[in-house]
Amino acid sequence: MLTNRSKLVVKKEMTFAEKIYLPAILSGVAITIKHLFRRKATVKYPEKQREISEVWRGQHVLKRDDKGAERCTACGLCAVSCPAEAITMVAAERKKGEENLYREEKYAATYEINMLRCIFCGLCEEACPKEAIFLTDRIVSTDYERNGFIYGKDKLVEPVNERVDISKRQTPAVLAFKQQKRLSHNK
Amino acid sequence: MSEFLIYKLILVGSVFGITLFVAAYSTYAERKVAAFLQDRVGPDRAGPFGIFQPLADGMKFIYKEEIIPVVSNKFLFVLGPCLAMLTAMMAGVLIPWGNTLIIGDQVYSLQIADLNVGILYVFGVVSIGVYGIMIGGWASNNKFSLLGAIRASAQMISYEIAMGLSIIALIIMTGTLSLGEISAQQAGGVGGDWNMWNVVYQPLGFLIFIVCAFAECNRTPFDLPECETELVGGYHTEYSSMKLGFYLFAEYINMFVSSAVISTLYFGGYNFPFMNDLGLDHNTISIIGTVVLFGKISFFIFFFMWIRWTIPRFRYDQLMNLGWKILIPLAVFNIFLTGLVMILLK
Amino acid sequence: MTLNAFYFLSFLAIMSAIMVVLSKNPVYSVLYLIITFFCIAGHYTLMNAQFLAIVHIIVYAGAIMVLFLYVIMLLNLNKESEPHKSNVLKFAATICAGLIMLVLIGSLKGTENMLQQQPAAADIGLVKTLGKVMFTEFLLPFEITSVLLLAAMVGAVMLGKPESR
Repeated sequence: MLTNRSKLVVKKEMTFAEKIYLPAILSGVAITIKHLFRRKATVKYPEKQREISEVWRGQHVLKRDDKGAERCTACGLCAVSCPAEAITMVAAERKKGEENLYREEKYAATYEINMLRCIFCGLCEEACPKEAIFLTDRIVSTDYERNGFIYGKDKLVEPVNERVDISKRQTPAVLAFKQQKRLSHNK
Repeated sequence: MSEFLIYKLILVGSVFGITLFVAAYSTYAERKVAAFLQDRVGPDRAGPFGIFQPLADGMKFIYKEEIIPVVSNKFLFVLGPCLAMLTAMMAGVLIPWGNTLIIGDQVYSLQIADLNVGILYVFGVVSIGVYGIMIGGWASNNKFSLLGAIRASAQMISYEIAMGLSIIALIIMTGTLSLGEISAQQAGGVGGDWNMWNVVYQPLGFLIFIVCAFAECNRTPFDLPECETELVGGYHTEYSSMKLGFYLFAEYINMFVSSAVISTLYFGGYNFPFMNDLGLDHNTISIIGTVVLFGKISFFIFFFMWIRWTIPRFRYDQLMNLGWKILIPLAVFNIFLTGLVMILLK
Repeated sequence: MTLNAFYFLSFLAIMSAIMVVLSKNPVYSVLYLIITFFCIAGHYTLMNAQFLAIVHIIVYAGAIMVLFLYVIMLLNLNKESEPHKSNVLKFAATICAGLIMLVLIGSLKGTENMLQQQPAAADIGLVKTLGKVMFTEFLLPFEITSVLLLAAMVGAVMLGKPESR
């Protein structure tokens, strides 16, 4: 009764006009022919892409800092916060001479996101204390096998030369929301 | 004589080819019409606007794995779809595809054969059409196929009766069984020979006929023989590959032929209004007439699809009630009315 | 040409008629019977009786045989379920069939001098001629036949009705 659209089904004898079906059929036919001339809802995908929202959450990226070192420190907060349990990682200690590769003393040796499990909620991004993981406006591509959907560091970490732009998603509203949670690392 | 024979052979060949072509593109049209009525685009990947889709579908059918059940009766299992295809193709012989062509001093008719039992032959072919379904369903040796076959044939036999009765009123009016003559009688033209299309005189008969045509072609709202969703596929449950393709294809041929029969009987066949007042020579008018006939046929094929994507299907008891308790009495009433009017006008 | 077609059709008709009797599977019997009917329709066409041919196909091949097929398919007859027939029954059946054969031969004898009397007109089997004859000369038998069909129909409805109470 919330929508006021519910109808009580009554089993009564049909009137003659209803029994000959023709008026009902004609009105139905009129409705369908109108749809013949309507604008089609289809978007022809590979040629044309639908406009997406600014805060669209797509494929993840593991950011590097300005010097090209990985920000992730394998704290595991993203894995904990993930409601779909899509993230796994193995931590390792930074050796001498790897300072240009990893920002902190501890880093993720492996970092995997199962894209079939992921629901793209963005909680990992929110949980991350090091601003390492972000969701971008890229679409996760299709594959023929399930193995192909488990993205390792090779697909997640951004290449040094081609940085992935994440500023689009960080709208004032998003930033304000992050501030709200009083997370000190987001200053 | 031999020239005549060659001409007829060419005519048979082209009617055969056109029938297959139209049927193939009906499958494409079906998907396009369905899509457009549902605010979609439909198949558009194979070629521009997807016009090679029927070829792709055909290839797919041919390359699919062919399964003949071990417990089935192999000969009859193969015979079933062949029969369905054969009977579907046979009715095209009688349709007058156009008026005569005069080349030199020879007169060529665009009708393969003008039997004097014309319309009865069409009924004969339609009534044999049941065998393809029944034999296929039985030879599968599967309970559900058999039940499907029986469901289908009961429907087709029931609606054949109403169809035959609805035609009788038309025959009373035209006084001939030959499709060629029925077409010629409706020659349009404002002026001396003002002949209306038969649908003007026989609206009730037309209505009954087209409803029965829907049922005979197993089209929605009478597609219970197939109903893919809620009942098991029906008589072709066990079929696969091109044999299933034949059954489905036969349905489209049937649709084409029945559209042609409807246009010929009730909508003037190859005639069009003002045809004698244009001042064109005979051959040109004949050719335009053929084009017009195909236009009418296309409209009816579209109408079949339009109805399919508008109306849900009947329940089986409703279907039988409609056939036996409504259409047959209506058809008898129509015969009575036509006879009465004919006597009063005499 | 016509003679060759006649021989071919006759051969096919007789062969399939024999197969109707010999077939072990009743469904095959029915299918052979349908072929026989088609051959007979072909014979009608050869005799220029198109109307009769097409009505033969519509009524026998298209309607009655479908119902036969229907019943036999549903019954699922096979050798095990075939009831054993006593010798008396077989004997009676043979005598009945023999009598029918006698009648047929007798009626064939009668047609012999009919053929010599008058060559059949070309349009004898056409719808118009047939209709005229049926509604003038043979009006009474025609109407009586229709009453018979009506009676059969009423009987079928009575049988089909669910028993009240």
